[in-house]
Amino acid sequence: MKHLLSTADLSRDEAIQILDISEDMAAVSTHEVRKLPTLRGITVVNLFFEDSTRTRISFEAAAKRLSADVINFSAKGSSVSKGESLKDTAQTLAAMGADGIVIRHPASGAPRVLATSGWVDAGVVNAGDGTHEHPTQALLDAFTMRRRILGDSGRGRDLDGVKVMIVGDVLHSRVARSNAWLLKTLGAHVTFVAPPTLLPNGVAAFDADVFYDFDEALARVKPDVVMMLRIQQERMNDAFFPNGREYARSWGLSAARLHGLPEHTLVMHPGPMNRGLEISDEAADSPRSTVLEQVTNGVSVRMAVLYLTLAAGVTN
Amino acid sequence: MNDYLLKGATLSDGRTTDILLGPGSSGTASRAAVKALGTNLSEAGATVIDADGLLALPGLVDLHTHLREPGFEGSETVLTGSRAAAKGGFTAVNAMANSSPVADTAGVVEQVQALGDRAGYVTVRPIGAVSQGLKGTHLSEIGAMANSRAAVRVFSDDGLCVADPLLMRRALEYIKGFGGVLAQHAQEPRLTEGAQMNEGELSATLGLGGWPAVAEEAIIARDVLLAHHVGARLHICHVSTAGSVEVVRWAKSRGFEVTAEVTPHHLLLTEDLVSTYDARYKVNPPLRRSEDVEALRGALADGTIDIVATDHAPHTAEAKSCEWAGAANGMVGLESALSVVQKTMVDTGLLDWAGVERVLSAAPARIGQVSGQGQPIGVGSPAEITLYDRSVSRSFSIDDLAGKSTNSPYLERELPGRVVATFHGGYATVLDGAVVDTETVSAHAAALVGAP
Repeated sequence: MKHLLSTADLSRDEAIQILDISEDMAAVSTHEVRKLPTLRGITVVNLFFEDSTRTRISFEAAAKRLSADVINFSAKGSSVSKGESLKDTAQTLAAMGADGIVIRHPASGAPRVLATSGWVDAGVVNAGDGTHEHPTQALLDAFTMRRRILGDSGRGRDLDGVKVMIVGDVLHSRVARSNAWLLKTLGAHVTFVAPPTLLPNGVAAFDADVFYDFDEALARVKPDVVMMLRIQQERMNDAFFPNGREYARSWGLSAARLHGLPEHTLVMHPGPMNRGLEISDEAADSPRSTVLEQVTNGVSVRMAVLYLTLAAGVTN
Repeated sequence: MNDYLLKGATLSDGRTTDILLGPGSSGTASRAAVKALGTNLSEAGATVIDADGLLALPGLVDLHTHLREPGFEGSETVLTGSRAAAKGGFTAVNAMANSSPVADTAGVVEQVQALGDRAGYVTVRPIGAVSQGLKGTHLSEIGAMANSRAAVRVFSDDGLCVADPLLMRRALEYIKGFGGVLAQHAQEPRLTEGAQMNEGELSATLGLGGWPAVAEEAIIARDVLLAHHVGARLHICHVSTAGSVEVVRWAKSRGFEVTAEVTPHHLLLTEDLVSTYDARYKVNPPLRRSEDVEALRGALADGTIDIVATDHAPHTAEAKSCEWAGAANGMVGLESALSVVQKTMVDTGLLDWAGVERVLSAAPARIGQVSGQGQPIGVGSPAEITLYDRSVSRSFSIDDLAGKSTNSPYLERELPGRVVATFHGGYATVLDGAVVDTETVSAHAAALVGAP
């Protein structure tokens, strides 16, 4: 695997391989020395054209646990804000010896352009592009589900028959897109719940069931996982829905909706959360919430992805 | 300048004939024209071109070209765009107004026209902006442009829609007073905020902002009604959706004075190409679904759409070698237009060569009121002729481009046909498929100044 650009590119076997290697990586963090020498001498650049401290730190921790050298490049206040192009920025970093580029970019498709344009030889990992994809988030979500649902017997297995309900701003969500493809590949069943304004025209492409009414969806589907998406503040000023109160009432995971869920249902959120808007305190802090596990697992999954994209040629 | 004798050419109606072109000359009554048709013509001193098997068409006329000068000479100039036009078999182009400064005053349109005349490859007809600075708020000096030496007859804010319905109404009425036509870029701006590609399942998948078909169709519906209401002529630029075709068909069935164009790329390419995020395929209006392509071909064949216009839109390499959202809209199209029309309309049996002559020469000349162009080849017709070899096929390459920019979506695609020669004003601008050098052509053009 030279690049990781989209979960739609992953076969079932490839996806399971990533999840299984993530298990190995998770085991490392239980060791006394939480570090592997695998990527010693390899330089990973975190090329972030958009602020995302959480994702950047997660990738940084993952790379360091594999003994890679890490360079963080944040576009703000850099040459990029002075008009330097993606091409020049990437080539500059490659000239400094970057073996792998972890890229976050506000334009959908920017990681694919970087990987296929011939500008650089480095492996490219998509850390979120526009409203397109966020593949490592989907992988860590799947990893978290598999661990919670299948426990230690999860290795080598997919998510066959697991019912996942993704709720909120599907239109703008790269998390929803990456999850939809990956979960389908892994045999899970995906439902989208959102007001029609926050579903893409052409949502049928995802082959997911679609509900506008959250309560009806919960009653009909009885999901194993409810994944709440973050509502960006600017959406509220752009006529997608009347205001936050109405949104929370209709599509928020309130305490009442939480208590109505089946006993085993997991509550997930990619973070950062808007408490009181898409998710209530009760839901976010309940034992069935996986929010912090998702963060922990993110490091393991990103270790696996960096390992596969940057070291696989050596060790396979 | 000497005469050209084209031996054994085939006209669009299938007749085979020799064609004798006589040059115009300064200070005499002789005008560059077809002097004779017939078999076994001979003329002392004439340059003989073997046109056996070649199609002779009246020179092609493009109603929608971006020549980029003044202001964006890094991507194209009047001269280089004229060369690209000649290479594609064109003898006249209409230059869109979105230059810098915008072509919204007599000074700018006269400058563009003068640069075109000096270059001498094609007749360059400037299009005037509808609104000052293309801002869509105040009418530009339409009368001054119409009455200038450039005698502008086509007005357009192309690149931007005349969105304000009242300004649109006034513009239609005002332009009518000068016998001109308004060419509308139909795009409802609010419905296309952040639009990056055709809206549908693919835009949902790719996470690119959707450009819904309705944003085009709603404006066309509004404008055909407005134009009819005020009794004005309306031309619709680059129609791209099946729904737009239905609206235009309805308007024509009611007898409204509306004409419409389709670009070569909307006749051939579909939105699937966007999944590469390769910015060569970024264009406005965007590439649509295959159902739209089929509807556009059908509409061009049955006359609902009147003409093919290239929307030749050159951009520098750096404007395209970046992420999709940051890339410029547009593709070059002059050099490939006739080949794409052959591939999509003739080779599919939808249009015969007389139809091609209509949609690429006669009708655009009529809509744009381009005098001395678009007339059937006959004794006394203008010496504006394109010789085209229909029988060849080639992988389209950079070498087939003659303008300054290379943002063609057809590179490495197999396209039929090849322009062998182009004659403008009785002299050759393309011979043996190669563009004649700039000095020779401009000397011919200068010699014609003063000829009636």
